[in-house]
Amino acid sequence: MRIKIEKRFYITKWQEVCIILASIVLAFSSGALVFHFLGVDPLEAYKMMIDGSLGDFYGMSETVAKTIPLIMCSLAVALSFTMVVWNIGAEGQFVLGALACTAFVRYLYVDNFVVMLACMGISALLAGGLWGAFAGFLKARWNVNEIITTLMMNYVAILLLQYFVYGSWRDPTSLGFPMTPLFPKSARLHQFFSTRVHSGIFFAVIIALILWIVVRKGVWGYEIRVSGQNPKAADYAGIRSTRNVILVMFLSGAIAGLAGMAEMAGLHRRLQPGFAVGYGYTAIIIAWLARLHPLAIIFVSFLFGALFVGGENLQIAMRLPLSSVQILQGLILFFLLGGEFFRNYRVSFIFRKR
Amino acid sequence: MELIVPILAAAVRSGTPILYATLGEIMTEKSGVLNLGLEGIMLIGAYVGFIVTYNTGSPFWGLVAAFFVGMGVNVVHAFLCISLKANQVICGLAMTMFGTGVSSLLGRGYVGETIAGLQAVALPGLSSFPVVGPVFFSQDVMVYISYLLVFVVWFLMYRTKFGLMMRAVGDSPLSAEAAGISVSAVRYASTLLGGGLVSLGGAYLTVVYSHMWVDLMTAGRGWIAVALVIFAIWNPLRAALGSYLFGGVEALQMRIQAGGTTIPAPLLMMLPYILTIAVLVVISVFKGRGRMLGAPSALGLPFYREERE
Amino acid sequence: MPLMNWGRDMTESYLVKMRGITKAFYGIKANDEVDFDLKCGEVHALLGENGAGKSTLMSVLCGLYQPDDGVIVVNGRKVVFHSPKDAIARGIGIVHQHFMLVPSLTVWENMALGSKDMKFVIDENAICERIKELSQRYGLDVDPLTPVWQLSIGEQQRVAILRMLYHEANILILDEPTSVLTPQEIENLFITIKHMKEEDYGIVFISHKLREVFEIADRITVLRRGRVVGSMKTFEATPERLAEMMVGTSGVSEVRAAKEKPESNGKPLLVAEDIVVKNDKGLIAVDGISFTLRENQILGIAGVSGNGQGELAEALSGMREIESGRLYFTVEDVTYASARQMVDLGVKYIPSDRKGVGLVPNMNVAENVALRKYWQPPFKKGFFIDWDEVYRDSKSLVESYEILTPGVNIPVRMLSGGNLQKLILARELSGELKVVIAMHPTWGLDVKATAFVREKLLSARNDGSAVLLISEDLDELLALSDVLAVIYRGKIMGMIEGPKAENIEEIGLMMAGIPTSVGGGNVIDED
Repeated sequence: MRIKIEKRFYITKWQEVCIILASIVLAFSSGALVFHFLGVDPLEAYKMMIDGSLGDFYGMSETVAKTIPLIMCSLAVALSFTMVVWNIGAEGQFVLGALACTAFVRYLYVDNFVVMLACMGISALLAGGLWGAFAGFLKARWNVNEIITTLMMNYVAILLLQYFVYGSWRDPTSLGFPMTPLFPKSARLHQFFSTRVHSGIFFAVIIALILWIVVRKGVWGYEIRVSGQNPKAADYAGIRSTRNVILVMFLSGAIAGLAGMAEMAGLHRRLQPGFAVGYGYTAIIIAWLARLHPLAIIFVSFLFGALFVGGENLQIAMRLPLSSVQILQGLILFFLLGGEFFRNYRVSFIFRKR
Repeated sequence: MELIVPILAAAVRSGTPILYATLGEIMTEKSGVLNLGLEGIMLIGAYVGFIVTYNTGSPFWGLVAAFFVGMGVNVVHAFLCISLKANQVICGLAMTMFGTGVSSLLGRGYVGETIAGLQAVALPGLSSFPVVGPVFFSQDVMVYISYLLVFVVWFLMYRTKFGLMMRAVGDSPLSAEAAGISVSAVRYASTLLGGGLVSLGGAYLTVVYSHMWVDLMTAGRGWIAVALVIFAIWNPLRAALGSYLFGGVEALQMRIQAGGTTIPAPLLMMLPYILTIAVLVVISVFKGRGRMLGAPSALGLPFYREERE
Repeated sequence: MPLMNWGRDMTESYLVKMRGITKAFYGIKANDEVDFDLKCGEVHALLGENGAGKSTLMSVLCGLYQPDDGVIVVNGRKVVFHSPKDAIARGIGIVHQHFMLVPSLTVWENMALGSKDMKFVIDENAICERIKELSQRYGLDVDPLTPVWQLSIGEQQRVAILRMLYHEANILILDEPTSVLTPQEIENLFITIKHMKEEDYGIVFISHKLREVFEIADRITVLRRGRVVGSMKTFEATPERLAEMMVGTSGVSEVRAAKEKPESNGKPLLVAEDIVVKNDKGLIAVDGISFTLRENQILGIAGVSGNGQGELAEALSGMREIESGRLYFTVEDVTYASARQMVDLGVKYIPSDRKGVGLVPNMNVAENVALRKYWQPPFKKGFFIDWDEVYRDSKSLVESYEILTPGVNIPVRMLSGGNLQKLILARELSGELKVVIAMHPTWGLDVKATAFVREKLLSARNDGSAVLLISEDLDELLALSDVLAVIYRGKIMGMIEGPKAENIEEIGLMMAGIPTSVGGGNVIDED
């Protein structure tokens, strides 16, 4: 008996969906094993997660609230991945956006919503964008590995956050807790009904639509797709790769930065350490799972939002740390990667007398 | 002089876990497999080292267990990247997430608990040399082993049959396959061995360095190791140089903080990460043009042989 | 005698017997019930056009592929090869078209790779000793300590051949060994092969060149579309019969365009003055080249691969920086022009690496057609690409160039080599066309596709364009060029107007770096 592995020429959409579903089912199955191994009843745990995230109106609204930064960070990551530039720094760019808009509120507050919105937005876009563009510049100019640089900058960003929040930005009335004062009214994004879903959701959806159009039909979108698929052909086509790397990292960082601003102004309304819970890393999984497609990203982000909220519920109800969610995320990614094999290759068994 | 020697000695200690991880990654990458999951593997190694030492009271078994568990965990990475030809970057990130999550989850009940780890053993005769003595020869066993390891890895790569196969497979897997070498087998071996070493680096942090468990205690060392492999241009000797450099920064940073300073802690703690970026820029500027001799040309690219049994 | 006596029955002097070998890829049979055998002390040529299945058959023999059906007997024993290791163990050695050497390792490291009696701790001296011994015995001069990436193509081939002998092969397979050699090197190779024959080795000589096969082979087997169409001793064969077997009675495709150079005032279109270009390593690859490309002219450039052709082509098409010297398009200075500017001027480039440079394999036909036009109106509208327009253009190109594809929406990696090249031609030769730079345009194509490409290039010339044809195929260059230049180490060794077959010897000398009485040095055509 022989195993024959051949590269696939084509795959139907139906087959692709099946593979992805199978991967997710296997991921959660092995997650169940992990839970079991830790002395936790997996069925109860999963039920808790679903109840907490999708079981009632409040849970759903929390899920949607979490979906907003996930969509934006995933879009940011997907944009750079389209050019095969590995922006692992969405987490740090997210933080920089939050820092920038907080700085604006602290130092240049104006009691006018439109002005504040514009200023916070632009400063967040610039801060995240420059944070990303720096890594892009290093890659474009000297071919410095962007995975490491963006990652290192994540660590720096978190430390920067700590520096400000424990330091000069600390709210004197907060009894020593490290947090800034609450954002005043004009610096807040509207929250809907009595939930925490904020108007940042419009940013998310609009950016998704813009990216979808730009990447598919736009000149620049075509250029980054070519650069990602075949850099030498990009040279042949006269595409200026250096410029595009820096631009893509700037835009990617800017979108993540805006996500940070939306999270600050819409959800938390104050800066505190630990507000960055890993959306930038989850974004990578979401982008990969959604195959970089902006509209699919919206849907997948919702699912992962549910995962996060479910995890929080586990934390409260069963006293499991949030790291259990990280384990699940890791497993999902492993199985997705394994499933990709079946997407790219056809396996056949050959039975023959020799 | 009195001030410098303890800092240098601390530099060696701080650099040792990074050295183990860097040496492990050099081995893995030299055969063409990119493993970015070092942070996760180190954390798993740290936890295993801790828990086994905690339960058995023997640091030796803690370290041995960490090595083998690290190898075991890397089977996943090897299988996905080599046999299933998955994207090695993403696989490494998944491993980081997974390892971080697992170590946090398992270690949650032990935060702050201490173990009796390894102590320093001064080498007779050698440790009485001025400067060099206390810095290099009054350390613990794992440090001494790491000195040997630098040489062993170098010898393995450049003077043995396996090393030759490794280098061929990493540079031109198609040619290696045509010459009758199983690219898969060689890559599995180097990925597993390398993973074991990385895990050992993580275990060093708990069993020797701090003697206790702290959540997320690697603080990015895994990533620094990845960067150091590039800085070292895949050469074990230069890896040692880079590791001790980082160890020095960490030692210096702790000394400055302990000595009472107005520089806020978060800013000081940024130093290793900024230094990592600087180091990468420096090496890319000076070695960027043309062939970076030592860089495996097939790094990160999955190898597809026409057929397999 | 080969170094090892394989213990075979001397009355049965067959080294290899292959019977009924069948191998299919994605349902298409690359080898269809092929029989092939090899006797001791003979050179057996495997002849066929590109894509006929010759390399596939030998890949099966050397263990890289497992056949779907069939039997292989080596040295009297039935064998099943699961990997190249098994084949090497049974005495089979192969020099692939692309040598399969590891560039960063030294000669001795490459040779020893995979050697079964190598100790765990490598004994470098013993290995080098053995190499020197073999080297002297067979007259193949190599320095064991040099890293392979520093060697010339000819030297690398010597290493590959010596490696077979080092591993004690007695069945030597050479896959298109002459395509990268100068005429003199080819002669040396044939001398070596004859030497091997006398020592009772069996040699399989894969080629698509009739002339060579007649010169060196004792027996010839012709493959076409994966099947054996004929097998005979060389003295029983005639070139006409072989050609017919290779291509089939469907007729050799005639190149329909006129071969003769049309009347023309020879207006200069692309003029290079002393251009210097560096390669990726920062070393000088083009060392002061000058020439004039005129309208209605095909200028051919002959030379062994690796002498600066690639860098020259890239510089002329705007993809690579010109360090010094000047480049003119008619009267305009385009030394610093970008690839895009050159395309807009009408200077088109057909790169040798179809899938690696010329196309994006995962993108569809239309997206690939857009690759070199998307910034031009009507395809670009503001910030967007007018994909309807692109699709329209693609469909018309597919039709006029008879590209076999289910549609323009198909990812191009699914197209065959011939159709890929047609696609690139269609794209480059459309639109504004003044100069065509074609690099190895017919490499790896079958006879029909080759004729198509040549026809298109001739048509372009006849319509007023200038064509720069860079090729390793001397026959092609002689057939198509109006003027032939030879490049060696980045310099033009000489130029021949109206090159003919008689010029081959001096062309060969120039390719090897020996200047001859004709031309020599860099010549700018006088007006």
